[in-house]
Amino acid sequence: MARRNPSMSGGSAEAPVALALGAARRTVARFPLHVAIIGLMVLWSVPTIALLVSSFREPTAIASSGWWNAIKEPFDLTVGNYQSVLEKQGMARAFVNSIIITVPSTVLVILVAALAAYAFAWMKFPARNLLFLLMVALLVVPVQMTLIPVLRLYTDVTVDAELPLLGGRIFGTSSYVGIWVAHTAYGLPFAIYLLRNFFGSLPRDLFESAYLDGASDVGVFFRIVLPLSMPAISALAIFQFLWVWNDLLVALILLGDPTLAPMTLKITSLVSSFGTNYQVLTAAAFISMALPLFIFFALQRYFVQGILAGAVKG
Amino acid sequence: MLGRRWWTPWLWLAPALALLGVFLVYPVVDTLRRSFLDERSKNFVGLDNYRFIIDNPQPLVSDTHSALLNNVMWLTLFTAITVSLGLIIAVLAGRVRYEAVAKSAIFIPMAISFVAASVIWRFMYEFNSDIGTANAAVTSLGGDATAWLQNTNAPQTWLTDAGPDTLPRPIQINNLALVMVGVWMWTGFAMIVLSAGLKGISTEVLEAARVDGANEWQIFWRVIIPIMSPTIVVVATTLVIQGLKKFDLVWVMTGGRFKTDVVATLFYKEAFRIGDFGVGAALAVVLLLWVLPIMVISIRRFQFQEETR
Repeated sequence: MARRNPSMSGGSAEAPVALALGAARRTVARFPLHVAIIGLMVLWSVPTIALLVSSFREPTAIASSGWWNAIKEPFDLTVGNYQSVLEKQGMARAFVNSIIITVPSTVLVILVAALAAYAFAWMKFPARNLLFLLMVALLVVPVQMTLIPVLRLYTDVTVDAELPLLGGRIFGTSSYVGIWVAHTAYGLPFAIYLLRNFFGSLPRDLFESAYLDGASDVGVFFRIVLPLSMPAISALAIFQFLWVWNDLLVALILLGDPTLAPMTLKITSLVSSFGTNYQVLTAAAFISMALPLFIFFALQRYFVQGILAGAVKG
Repeated sequence: MLGRRWWTPWLWLAPALALLGVFLVYPVVDTLRRSFLDERSKNFVGLDNYRFIIDNPQPLVSDTHSALLNNVMWLTLFTAITVSLGLIIAVLAGRVRYEAVAKSAIFIPMAISFVAASVIWRFMYEFNSDIGTANAAVTSLGGDATAWLQNTNAPQTWLTDAGPDTLPRPIQINNLALVMVGVWMWTGFAMIVLSAGLKGISTEVLEAARVDGANEWQIFWRVIIPIMSPTIVVVATTLVIQGLKKFDLVWVMTGGRFKTDVVATLFYKEAFRIGDFGVGAALAVVLLLWVLPIMVISIRRFQFQEETR
């Protein structure tokens, strides 16, 4: 944040010296800021680094000494843990399964929630506040509280034919469609809540002039609301992706067929068969983190833009 | 204005309402019904299940009082620490050139699956100070190693040998250790949403404050905080809800042992381990009752927003 002091632009010979001194003073004044930020970064990174380092250590080394010792003995590292995890049958398939489950669940939530959020933010209808209140109440419903009735419902309306291309049933338990719909429903309260708050904060003038120009709701939705809301939508997409990707409970209950199981289920079965063997668990855990981290870094530019930057200028 | 037909809003809401009805509303109503029925959902028992929660007749099997107190601790401590840290980091990181790197470091735990996080933190909290990072740090500073996930003492008994607990029971070392894992995982969320809100503050407003002679401290408290308060409320609401239904973290790390149970884990134990669906449903209803103040706050803001725009 470079601020120009108007009094320094006098053009005298002392100006460069004064500028240099000012810069030096600012650097000293900012030293505690850097210490605080870097300190927090280190504190937050250490647990993950411990996992990463341990995943490359020999099993005997993990069990007998701290992960920080690996830095003292640099030639003790191995990729054997990753090999033994990846060579487990079905691990590659589990990775694909996680993608098949997560991507449609994320897209569906954004679509359904954006439609509802637009209605909540910019349409008037009876019981609107009451419905939104109900939505806020649903935010807190613990997923495990709903699973028994939902499971009973799924067994009642099973469609037993095989889903083309992806496998599993068309609908019911052990069905991709079934788990997409469930994850969409569980993600909706937060998604509608977030998008409604964002849509509602868009300037009213934008809507009134568009309506005056004869734009329809569909036109306003696709040409104004969605483009201006990309920061909020990408933030929502990332969180929904991570929540579904990292979900264990819903998959555990609704995906009985092990060939459809996502990474979290696979790793859980590794945990139960390998007990406290940290060399397997650390490597498996790190593989499950790879794609979320990649997605996060690829979409990070949306966070750097201001949420309202587009609306103010556009 | 736009001439909409009366059913237009309902058309836009239909997919969401259908999904919410089947997957959330119906199961909640079903659970409410069962909270007044016996353990097999056969006979009406009135308020017996709620009386069980209040009287706490089986503290060794399912300690309802401890679970309720722990929920209060999660709501307050977890939310307060996470929002404060998220806001502080968002403000600080916005002032350095390596902002993106700093934020990534804080956000990374949010991307970690729960299986990974539990492996990581069991490893961090390992009692053996040759392996466990937390105890290695404590012993290198001259302290005594502790069993982080089992120690039910208050922190001051460990730090100062002050004798018996003087703080209320939920402030236990193992509960604090669990809360810190939650803070570690959720600060990135608070930071990113708050940081997005910070970026939305126009630079003209900040420059105007500086021209008027405000220092950075005054700008933070008098300009940034008031403008940010709607965003802070959104973040705090999300975190309160997370703290409230905190289940996986406690379940995987301690299984609710050593007085770390929260209402959500006790619900799971009662409904699926002990097999008393009446008490389980009543505990789920108690969880729902906690959200009433949040509903009031959100609705008030909702109405205020309607009036002012």
